[in-house]
Amino acid sequence: MGMTMTEKIMARHAGLESVKPGDLIEAEIDLMMGNDITAPISIKRLKDIGLTKLPYPEKFFLVLSHYAPSKDIASAAQIMISRSFAKEQQLQHYYAEGSGIEHVILPEEGWVLPGELIIGADSHSCTYGATGCYSTGIGSTDLAAAMATGRLWMQVPETYKFELTGARPQYIMGKDLILHIIGMLGGDGVLNQTMEYTGDALRTLPMEERLTMANMAIEAGAQNGIFPYDDVTEAYLNGRAKKEYTPVHSDPDAKYAKHFKIDISKIEPLVALPWSPENVRTVSEMSGETVDRVFIGSCTNARLSDLRTVASIIKGHKVACDTLIVPGSKQVYRDAMNEGLFEIFLEAGATISAPTCGACFGGFMGVLGPDEKCLSTSNRNFVGRMGHPTSKSFLANPAVAAATALTGVITHPKDVAGREVVTA
Amino acid sequence: MQFEGRTWRYGDDINTDVLIPARYLSTSDPVELAKHALEDLDPNFVKEVQVGDVIVGGKNFGCGSSREHAPIAIKEAGVSCVIASSFARIFFRNSINLGLPILECPEAVAHAEAGDVLRIDLAAGTIFNNTTGQTYQAAPFPEGVMKIIRAGGLMNSIKEEVQAREATYASAK
Ligand code: SF4
Repeated sequence: MGMTMTEKIMARHAGLESVKPGDLIEAEIDLMMGNDITAPISIKRLKDIGLTKLPYPEKFFLVLSHYAPSKDIASAAQIMISRSFAKEQQLQHYYAEGSGIEHVILPEEGWVLPGELIIGADSHSCTYGATGCYSTGIGSTDLAAAMATGRLWMQVPETYKFELTGARPQYIMGKDLILHIIGMLGGDGVLNQTMEYTGDALRTLPMEERLTMANMAIEAGAQNGIFPYDDVTEAYLNGRAKKEYTPVHSDPDAKYAKHFKIDISKIEPLVALPWSPENVRTVSEMSGETVDRVFIGSCTNARLSDLRTVASIIKGHKVACDTLIVPGSKQVYRDAMNEGLFEIFLEAGATISAPTCGACFGGFMGVLGPDEKCLSTSNRNFVGRMGHPTSKSFLANPAVAAATALTGVITHPKDVAGREVVTA
Repeated sequence: MQFEGRTWRYGDDINTDVLIPARYLSTSDPVELAKHALEDLDPNFVKEVQVGDVIVGGKNFGCGSSREHAPIAIKEAGVSCVIASSFARIFFRNSINLGLPILECPEAVAHAEAGDVLRIDLAAGTIFNNTTGQTYQAAPFPEGVMKIIRAGGLMNSIKEEVQAREATYASAK
């Protein structure tokens, strides 16, 4: 019986010939990640059982992303736990404040590679599946166990196949494709299973868009999202991959629990309404809905290509509402600055901050007040996600966010294209 | 392992942002976190919850972030067990790893109302509703998961391995 990519990766890392959905395995982990919120709990668990030295320090990545630079005294104290652990264990992969968001940094630096088995103590660790690895989010105790032993127990998921065909229309980004799927299947549509992508439309889907789609697998309840290894992957990893890697491919006779065919040429720009990413409408249906601010950032959509898209729409115009732009990593920040995008953003009246999660999860810098409405390029819009329990976030792609920033109402990018330029 | 407690009844898709809002994640102190469990959904919960109480939710319970602060907060608040029609995977793992009892049982959920007194036998997976007199059977845990539960959580299950290795460091000195 053939296996899917996910099954092959799990079998390979459990030292087994084959696995099938439902099997409980003990897998060797290639890379494990924690952040300033989740790692302190893992560190405490490890100290509690008397661990003084990590057996595989080179596999552990520690990223200060969520409350960094420290928001207040309590978050500073948490960061100090991570910092002193990094020092004590002489971690090579310690990302201090200002480095950015783990899910932007790790792919960008070429650490997450095809065929690997990766875990991260952050639910959006599924992002890395864009490069053809199995990657999933786990909790702090899981991370601690993996840090202590190099292994973790896992249950082999069923695989759902998503076959994407057709030409990608203008303004349609990975965000719209994944919102379309979540809207179609619901927030638990793929509960605890795998989303595997295939189809000729992938050829036109650059790595940045794949990262956005894999990022939001968890919003459909999936344990991982995974893309095949193809020319796009190879080109992306060329000169970037930090190690040798061995891609895996799904067998032609692999067994899929479900198979969905999606013609992407029919998809329109979408927006997810409060209080769930499954609450999807077309931007056209929502046009005219006012917002108080726009947030362009997060591990979903804060890569260089996203910022370029935003810049191409707002160049020469003024924003009509508070607009916060947060590059996803230090590299994105530097590239955007060197390309002149910051000048465009500042001219338009937007705010630019150092890379951080911050506003995405209502952490700090950009927190929403009572009833405040925000159009966000992030991945979640649960009650209280970005601030006050009565605040509302609408999720959309960066092009829609840019168009909305210019008008203060939810706007289709085509409706602002060709507007008269107001600034030089 | 047996528990008895009153039911706190919630709906589908109870996510980790409502179990413990992000604005409290600048600490991982269980006592602090417990003060804010579920406050955006049900401000009465922390005021009135009693040791032993049971949370009953619908499908996809615990969806959202990987924050272990969520099961930590409700466990510390006194909750003895969570029963739901289905659980999001990370929340399920976190609960098992931490030793927060958790059972999947759509039938028990369908017939439980706020305030019902439930008696739970974890090893047998049975849920007895004292208020209605009905008994329900939850799905059994796979053997690998039972092993973690019997060890008293994931860290306990790996403690020996870690301490044996630590001993070799000490003797190498
Ligand atoms: S950017 Fe938002 S979703 Fe992504 S890791 Fe940070 S808090 Fe989580």
